[in-house]
Amino acid sequence: MGKTLAEKIWGEHIVRSAPGEPDLIYIDLHLIHEVTSPQAFDGLRLAGRKVRRTDLTIATEDHNTPTLNIDKPIADPVSKLQVDTLRANCAEFGVRIHSLGDAEQGIVHVVGPQLGLTQPGMTIVCGDSHTSTHGAFGALAFGIGTSEVEHVLATQTLPLARPKTMAINVEGKLKAGVTAKDIILAIIAKIGTGGGQGYVIEYRGSAIRELSMEGRMTVCNMSIEAGARAGVIAPDEKTFAYIKGKPHAPEEFDAALAYWKTLFTDADAKFDVEVNLDADSLEPFVTWGTNPGQGLPLNANVPNPADISDPEARGAAERALVYMGLEAGTPLKKIAIDTVFLGSCTNGRIEDLRAAADVLKGKKISSTLRMLVVPGSARVRLQAEQEGLDKVFLDAGAEWRNAGCSMCLGMNPDQLAVGERSASTSNRNFEGRQGKGGRTHLVSPLVAAATALRGTLSSPADL
Amino acid sequence: MEKFIKHTGSGVPLRRSNVDTDQIIPAVYLKRVTRSGFEDGLFSAWRNDPEFVLNQEAYKKGTVLVAGVDFGTGSSREHAVWALQNYGFKAVISSRFADIFRGNSLKGGLLTVIIDQSDVENIWAAIEADPTTQITVDLDTRSVSYNSTVLPFEIDDYTRWRLMEGLDDIGLTLKETDSIDIFEGNRSSYKPKTLPIKK
Repeated sequence: MGKTLAEKIWGEHIVRSAPGEPDLIYIDLHLIHEVTSPQAFDGLRLAGRKVRRTDLTIATEDHNTPTLNIDKPIADPVSKLQVDTLRANCAEFGVRIHSLGDAEQGIVHVVGPQLGLTQPGMTIVCGDSHTSTHGAFGALAFGIGTSEVEHVLATQTLPLARPKTMAINVEGKLKAGVTAKDIILAIIAKIGTGGGQGYVIEYRGSAIRELSMEGRMTVCNMSIEAGARAGVIAPDEKTFAYIKGKPHAPEEFDAALAYWKTLFTDADAKFDVEVNLDADSLEPFVTWGTNPGQGLPLNANVPNPADISDPEARGAAERALVYMGLEAGTPLKKIAIDTVFLGSCTNGRIEDLRAAADVLKGKKISSTLRMLVVPGSARVRLQAEQEGLDKVFLDAGAEWRNAGCSMCLGMNPDQLAVGERSASTSNRNFEGRQGKGGRTHLVSPLVAAATALRGTLSSPADL
Repeated sequence: MEKFIKHTGSGVPLRRSNVDTDQIIPAVYLKRVTRSGFEDGLFSAWRNDPEFVLNQEAYKKGTVLVAGVDFGTGSSREHAVWALQNYGFKAVISSRFADIFRGNSLKGGLLTVIIDQSDVENIWAAIEADPTTQITVDLDTRSVSYNSTVLPFEIDDYTRWRLMEGLDDIGLTLKETDSIDIFEGNRSSYKPKTLPIKK
């Protein structure tokens, strides 16, 4: 029997396997940031260990970094200590780092692909659950905890249980205004936040093949919100073209390409589970609740918990409506928004900024809200400025910020106030995620831009 | 790592599903560079509510958290495990855990036990009826017991052995250095490297 893509990559990275034990898997690339690494470096120091492969390791500062006044020292002393600790650790252990102010600084999952370090067939890890993003290149990429960060630093391997495989087939053609973000929000609403638990998801089908590399990254990014270990998409000509010319694209490009072309699920391979989604009928999708599975098409109404038969889901919906300050039956399009956040490792790449700028061009955002535009990396910011997108955002009344995770999780000063409501292109609508007491609706960049113009959740079709 | 063989303590009923790691410990608490002191941040938003279970006198000394389905979803932050441990929890019982959280917990010696949702409901009922009810989580016999009920749970042999011996994963892997050397010798030369830096 043939193998799935994930099984092929897994098999090629087994250093050691023994019955009844996890496989020891070799890690091709280890991405590091300031939040989940300090205790790992401490562990190395305590044990007198080195970083085994500094040449397969790269660090950047993203979670704590301010998006204003980046030429000044970080104001929050605790954030500053964490960033300073990363810098000191990288200097001590010889790890490459891109610090605030560097053109390659930015969200770790935006930086890897833009440097060409993310390539098909690799195993990639990072102490960050959105490492699944890199699966868009046909790499097996997953988030790990700090103990595992230390393990990879010391050994360049991880003992891992073999995951199960799930195919999600998205066939058909997306309507205008429907994007990669809507696909993944619809998938999570369909299978639930635990639906992918224990699986690597392979996204397949014509609608996935039609997506750009950046759209594919958006889909794979939120695999974790469906509970999956990782998400993968088979590499194709778009993937190869995206990598070619990037700083770390292979010098032996043809040899690499020959290998990359073997990376697909065999026709006779069998997935443990298959799920189908119809792309033709998809609409722009938004979340109404406090987990990413609580989403609906934008034209729907806030659901009535009484209509939900499963008692767990009903209880969760009741609590979510209280937290979100929403009444059952309210049309989602009538929900007024205070802050629009465009950015994050989900939707902070150049195409996301272009899509939003296209909607905003020549118009003004509603006086009832603020809009933050935070590029995913300094490189994305520079590119956007070359294209004049910064002017479009500023002319529309939005704020043009520096790169980082920013309001996706509010570890830096960019936070929601208590009761403040956002339309956010990020990945998590958990209670307090964007600031204590803040309320989050997850949306696509197109919906974010249209919402900024109208003041209530909207799509470009409403303009 | 401390060995885990068996633990007996009182239970804390957390009747919520989808408890994500942002709830277990919000991002603002992640700025510390140590592994200790995270207990202040544990469920910090919910602890503002006097009715929250950890604020109830009867449950303040609990060491076994009994939670709803999909516990530990979201961020990979191991700080969530540290916060639970720093607070005093030794085990968490649920009908389903998020993968990364479960991996982190078993690395750090916080035992995560998976049982059927109906059994979780029964434990909730028992510890709500009598908060002094003692729950024993026994890794040796792979069972959870309280009152006269004994519930078997599954955990793979390898993880169980590692926890019962208190073994450090890195130490175990370093014994395989020869295999890692051989693997590295066979890696394709076109695989990318972060150093030297290319522009």
